[in-house]
Amino acid sequence: MAATAADEAIPGRASRVAWRSGRARSRTATLAIAGVAALGLALVLGVGFGTVAISPVDTVGILVHRLFGIDLGGTWTAAADTIVWDLRLPRVLTAMTVGAGLAVAGATFQGLLRNPLADPYVLGTASGAALGAAIAVVIPIRATILGFGLIHGLAFVGALGAVFAVYRLSRINGLSPLTSLLLTGYAVGSLLAAGLAMAMYLSGAALRQIFAYLLGGFDTAGWTQLGATLPLIAIGSGLILLRARSLDGFLLGEEAAIHLGIDVRRERAILLGLASLVTAAAVAVSGLIGFVGLVVPHVVRLAVGPGARRVLPLAALGGAALMAFADLAARMLGEIPVGVVTAVIGAPFFLSLLRRTRTGYEL
Amino acid sequence: MIELRGVTIAYRGRPVVRDVDLEIRAGERVALIGPNGAGKSTLLRAMTGVVRPVAGEVRLDGRLITAFDRAAIARRLAVVPQQAELPFATRVEEVVALGRLPHEDPIRGPRPADRAATAAAIERVGLGHLLGRDARELSLGERQLVLLGLAVAQAAPVLLLDEPTVHLDLRHQVGAMELLVDLNQRDGTAIVAVLHDLGLASMFFERLVLIDRGRLVADGPPAEVLTDERIRDVFGVDPSIVRRVAPARSDGAGAGAN
Repeated sequence: MAATAADEAIPGRASRVAWRSGRARSRTATLAIAGVAALGLALVLGVGFGTVAISPVDTVGILVHRLFGIDLGGTWTAAADTIVWDLRLPRVLTAMTVGAGLAVAGATFQGLLRNPLADPYVLGTASGAALGAAIAVVIPIRATILGFGLIHGLAFVGALGAVFAVYRLSRINGLSPLTSLLLTGYAVGSLLAAGLAMAMYLSGAALRQIFAYLLGGFDTAGWTQLGATLPLIAIGSGLILLRARSLDGFLLGEEAAIHLGIDVRRERAILLGLASLVTAAAVAVSGLIGFVGLVVPHVVRLAVGPGARRVLPLAALGGAALMAFADLAARMLGEIPVGVVTAVIGAPFFLSLLRRTRTGYEL
Repeated sequence: MIELRGVTIAYRGRPVVRDVDLEIRAGERVALIGPNGAGKSTLLRAMTGVVRPVAGEVRLDGRLITAFDRAAIARRLAVVPQQAELPFATRVEEVVALGRLPHEDPIRGPRPADRAATAAAIERVGLGHLLGRDARELSLGERQLVLLGLAVAQAAPVLLLDEPTVHLDLRHQVGAMELLVDLNQRDGTAIVAVLHDLGLASMFFERLVLIDRGRLVADGPPAEVLTDERIRDVFGVDPSIVRRVAPARSDGAGAGAN
C-alpha cells in the first residue's frame, strides 16, 4: 500500500513499467516485419504456383512490369502474363483480404463479447450466409451484380440479416446484453441451420454447389469481386482500428467500461455492426472458412498482450498471410476446399493453445 | 460535487432507495453504511449515473448528471470496478493503464503523461511486485488492489468504491484505508465508499451515512451516527459487539488521519 515495508524492497518500479511497454513495442515491430515478409512470400509463391508453373523470377518480373512499368529483362510468354495478372494475382489478393477481414472481425467479437471462443460467425453470420447461398442455388433465378453471382449477393444479405435479427431480438429479453446476444445468436443460428438443411434437402443436383460454398474457397475470385470486397473490408477494419481503445475498455466488463467513459450501447452497436459488415463481405466472396478468425487473434495476443491497438493490425497481417498460404496449400493438393485446410491447421493449433493456457477458458 | 435530491430508485416497481437527499462536497471522506440490501450500492450507482432514479435528481458539479457524456463523467468520477473474469491474459500494468482511457486521445492512445500517471498509481498502491504478472493468476485480494490502482490512475476528483476491502487481509484492509486517507488529504480527492466494516468506517471516515431499507436514517460524524440505539435497531445486534471493534470517537477525525 502507500508505504508498507514489503513494497519498499522493490526499486525502480516506474522504470520497469517503461521497460515492459518498450519490450511490447519492439515485439510488435518484429511481428509486423515478419508479417509483411510472410505476405510478400505468400504473394510470390501463391502467384507462381499452379498447373502452369511460373518461376519466382518471372513472377516478380511480371508483377513489377505491370505495377511500375519497369522491365526487369525477363522472358515470359503472354500466356504467363495473363495467368499471373488476371487469374492468380486477384485470387491471392482476395485470399489475403478475406483472411485479414476475418482475423480483425474475430478479434473484435472476442473483445466485445469478452469471450475467447467467439469467432466472426458467432452471432449468426455463418448460418445466415449459408442459408442465403443455399436459397440462391435452389431458386430458379440467375443474376449477376458486379461480377458476383446471386449466391454471393444472397450470402452477403443473409449474413447481415442474421446479425441484425440477433441484435434486435437480444434487446427484448431481460438478460444482460452480452449473455442475451450470445444465446440469441445460438437460437437464431439453429433456426437458420434448419432452413439450410431444408434447402439442401430440396436442392437435388445442386447440392454439391451449396456444399462447395459451405466449405469455402477462392476459385471464383477475380478483379471485380476483389474490387467490391476490398473496400468494404478495408474501410470496416480501419474504422474498427480507430475505436481500438474503446474495445480495450470492454476488458473488465460493460459496467466498468461505462465508468471508463465509454458510451457502451453506442460503441457496442458500432463495433458489432462494423465487424459484421467485414465478416459478411468476407463470407460473400469466399464462403465459410473457419479458424482464421478464431486462432489468429489469440496467437497475436500471446505475443503482444490484449491491447487492441496492437492486436488488430497484427491480426490483419497474420490472417492475410495465413489465408494466402492456406489457399496455396489447397491448390497444391488439387483444389481442395480452403476451409478444410484452415481447419486442419487451425484445430490442432487451437487445442495446443487451450492446453497452454493455465486458467482455461470460461464460457 | 455530487448532489442527490429526493432520489427514489425502483427495480421492477419495487423501491430500493426512497427519497434520499445527500450531498458529497469536494474533499470529503464519506462512508455509506447499513445492513445488507439497504440500498447502499444502488445509491452509489445512482451517483455515477448508471442507475436512473424514478423520482428526484442527481447533479454533478451543479449540472444534471444526464447532461454529461460518459467520458466527461469518467474524468470527474473514478469508480473501482467490480471483480470480473478477464477474457484474455492481461498484465497488471495493462489493467491499471485502462484507468487512463477517459484522458487519452481515442486515436493516438496513451501519451507520456498517461504512462506517468499509470506508473505513479502502481507505485502508490504498491503493485510493484506484481508487475508483468497475468492479472487472472492473482489472488482475489491482489486483484482488488490492481482494480484500486486502475481507479487511482484515473485521477478523478471523486473516487467511489463499493466494498473495497472485502477480499483483503487485515494488513491490506488497513493499508487500503490509509491509501484512501492519503488520496483524500494529499490530493484532495473526495472519497465515497460503501463499507460493511463499521470499525474501519468509523476509524477512517469523518462522515458516515447510514442507510436502512432504502432510507437515509443518519448522516454525520461516526460518534453521532453510530449510537447504541441505532446499532440495535438498524443492524439488529447488541451494541457491545460493535463497540469492541468500533469504539465511538468524539473527535471524529479517525486514527488513520496521519
